[in-house]
Amino acid sequence: MKGIEAKTGGLRGWLEERLGLSAISEFLAHKTVPVHSGTAWYYFGGITLFLFVIQVLTGILLLLYYRPTATEAYESVQFIMTRVQFGWLVRSIHSWSANLMIFTAFVHMFSVVFLRSYRKPREVTWLSGIALLCPALGFGFSGYLLPWNTISYFATKVGTDMAASLPGIGPALARFLRGGEDVGGATLTRFFGFHVAVLPGLTTLLLLVHLVLVQKQGISSPPWVERKFQGQGGKVPQMPFFPNFFLREMMAWYAALGVLGSLAAIFPWELGEKADPFASAPAGIRPEWYFLAPFYTLKLIPSHVLFLEGELLGLLGFGLLAAFWILLPFWATNRQGMERTRLVTGAGVALLAYLATFSLLGYFK
Amino acid sequence: MILRPALLFLSLVPVAALAKDSCLECHTALESAPALKFPKDVHQRRGFSCADCHGGDRNADDQDAAMSKAKGFRGKIARTAVPQLCAHCHSDANLMHKYMPQQRVDQHELFQTSVHGKRLAAGDGAAANCVDCHSVHDIREVKDPQSPVHPLRLPETCARCHADAAHMAKYKIPTNQFEEYRKSVHWAALAQRGDLSAPSCASCHGNHGATPPQVSSVTAVCGNCHALVEDLYGKSPHQPAFAALGKAGCVTCHGNHGVLMPSVAMLAGDKAVCVQCHDTGSAGGKAAVEMAGLINGLGAALKNSDQVLRRAASSGMEVSEAMLRQQEAQAALVKARVAVHAFRVAAVSQPVQAGLAAAAETRRAGEEALKERDYRRMGLAVALLAILATMVGLWLALRTIERPPEAPVEAGRR
Repeated sequence: MKGIEAKTGGLRGWLEERLGLSAISEFLAHKTVPVHSGTAWYYFGGITLFLFVIQVLTGILLLLYYRPTATEAYESVQFIMTRVQFGWLVRSIHSWSANLMIFTAFVHMFSVVFLRSYRKPREVTWLSGIALLCPALGFGFSGYLLPWNTISYFATKVGTDMAASLPGIGPALARFLRGGEDVGGATLTRFFGFHVAVLPGLTTLLLLVHLVLVQKQGISSPPWVERKFQGQGGKVPQMPFFPNFFLREMMAWYAALGVLGSLAAIFPWELGEKADPFASAPAGIRPEWYFLAPFYTLKLIPSHVLFLEGELLGLLGFGLLAAFWILLPFWATNRQGMERTRLVTGAGVALLAYLATFSLLGYFK
Repeated sequence: MILRPALLFLSLVPVAALAKDSCLECHTALESAPALKFPKDVHQRRGFSCADCHGGDRNADDQDAAMSKAKGFRGKIARTAVPQLCAHCHSDANLMHKYMPQQRVDQHELFQTSVHGKRLAAGDGAAANCVDCHSVHDIREVKDPQSPVHPLRLPETCARCHADAAHMAKYKIPTNQFEEYRKSVHWAALAQRGDLSAPSCASCHGNHGATPPQVSSVTAVCGNCHALVEDLYGKSPHQPAFAALGKAGCVTCHGNHGVLMPSVAMLAGDKAVCVQCHDTGSAGGKAAVEMAGLINGLGAALKNSDQVLRRAASSGMEVSEAMLRQQEAQAALVKARVAVHAFRVAAVSQPVQAGLAAAAETRRAGEEALKERDYRRMGLAVALLAILATMVGLWLALRTIERPPEAPVEAGRR
């Protein structure tokens, strides 16, 4: 026993000398998480990260068999689902975790809004989080096309057509996305490149920035919790990040894994029919659920409103809404430093209600 | 130079809008039915006027001058003279080329060979002429859905005379053709599915040269669409036998106007048509029953494998390859049904065996998919149990970590 201890100590010492592990354990020993009635919402950032890691791992496995060409993409996914051992599970988990990740990212974002975690000095953390949402949605948009089935093909046509209607850069942007005038084999190869190289690189970079900022600023407590404990003369109660919060986060990850496994096994992700660029668009074309709200809104806008094209007007509206939302930490406080609590809550509730209602309408209509 | 655009504009205005037509002007003012119908007529739209058929002078404002015999005014056209009148233009290739270059110009020639044409030539004014089918004064192109000779309306147009017992009485021919046709699979395809290629009266009888197919030509008429069946029947032992008996090929078993959806019931059972000639105990009767058994067997196997595949697909299993194979099996069933017309058990057996092999394969694929589904669900249950156990372990670990330290026990108090 002594020998082993000596050896472990020796190894630890060797690593300590080279990696400075004690700094990490020191950091973990002092890192704390506020304890209050809304602590459970803190888990969603971690769950989103966990689902991203699952996607990276399953994505690497899918890469072993997937072929990004218009003639082979569909067949290679079919091969993965029918011939490769547990291929169906890997593909299904990849697709479901992508959707769950977007969902948990939205939950995380709205929890930040309602718990007021965007406040000074965490404005840049908010911006880095919003920036992370962009590649996450990009993953969804690019990945949707990769199986090269009918629904994904025509949904990509609709999506890139929307990009084309942007003033000025629209046509060039659509050509850049498609790799030509229309959605075809070049688009598939290009989207594959975005999906497995550009977006993972960008996401990793933004994720590092986001995590570093979270560590630097610590985890925020809601103002009403701070006020409550300040009034009582003490600080907000804290729990150690390691092991207390970490073990709870692990439980949340396991719960997410259970949900993910159940969805993948009971509702395997369908492949559909192979895309036929010469066929007419089938009825019921719609994008992934997280693009449904803007998609349905654009359908409702008349083709022309005054001198503007309806689609362009819709896109301008979404642009303004996005800018308003991105800049939330900067308008959430007035010049006197007072928080516009009602305005922020109202905006959050309104956005949530809009997304939920229009997504449901877009799905069922 | 200034005049050029004006001339170009004028050249684009339809001739009818520019040319004077005193016949139409007066008769419209008089609210006469032909004049009121005429604006819908394809001839009017192409610049023709009443005078082009009825004679007279369309440019004359005076009634007597417009309808003067000196100007060729013919008045009402006799029924027997109608085909000749229509043929004046419709048999003129040069004239027709200006308006409808793809239009045939042999309608009158064909009409003269038809039963209608022959009777009309013999002075029977009750026999159909051009306007009885195409209408008059509001003639529309055949492709116009409102035309009485549009494929969807043709059966009703023929029935106007052929289902009229009083009208047909002197010809001594049945009047139930339309009633029968409306029960047929052909009518269902045409009227219910809107399939314009489905056969109506003219498809079998011809249009301008309308004649009932002769006994010897029935197979060829049906073979226009059912080519494979015609080929098989031509090589079958039934062909010479039917010819010797004077029976008209296809219609002997399927009927003529009331062709129903063929089924295996035509081979064996109460509604079998084979037993009309073959005793059930004879070689022919036994062969019919055997063929019915083979086809029914394949049908049942396909139904079974289809159910299994659908169950697997609805459980989210990927069975698209098996579904594709199932389509091949379905095609084998169609082939077997067609092969009946060879009237040989071996000819039916061949596609049936191929279909049975494919159905067995797809059923196996479906069953394997269902087994795989159950295996996955079992795996999920085990995985969920493992996840739950781990979560319980983590919770217990947390409880241990977060348990408040016990107060030290004072010595001697135990």
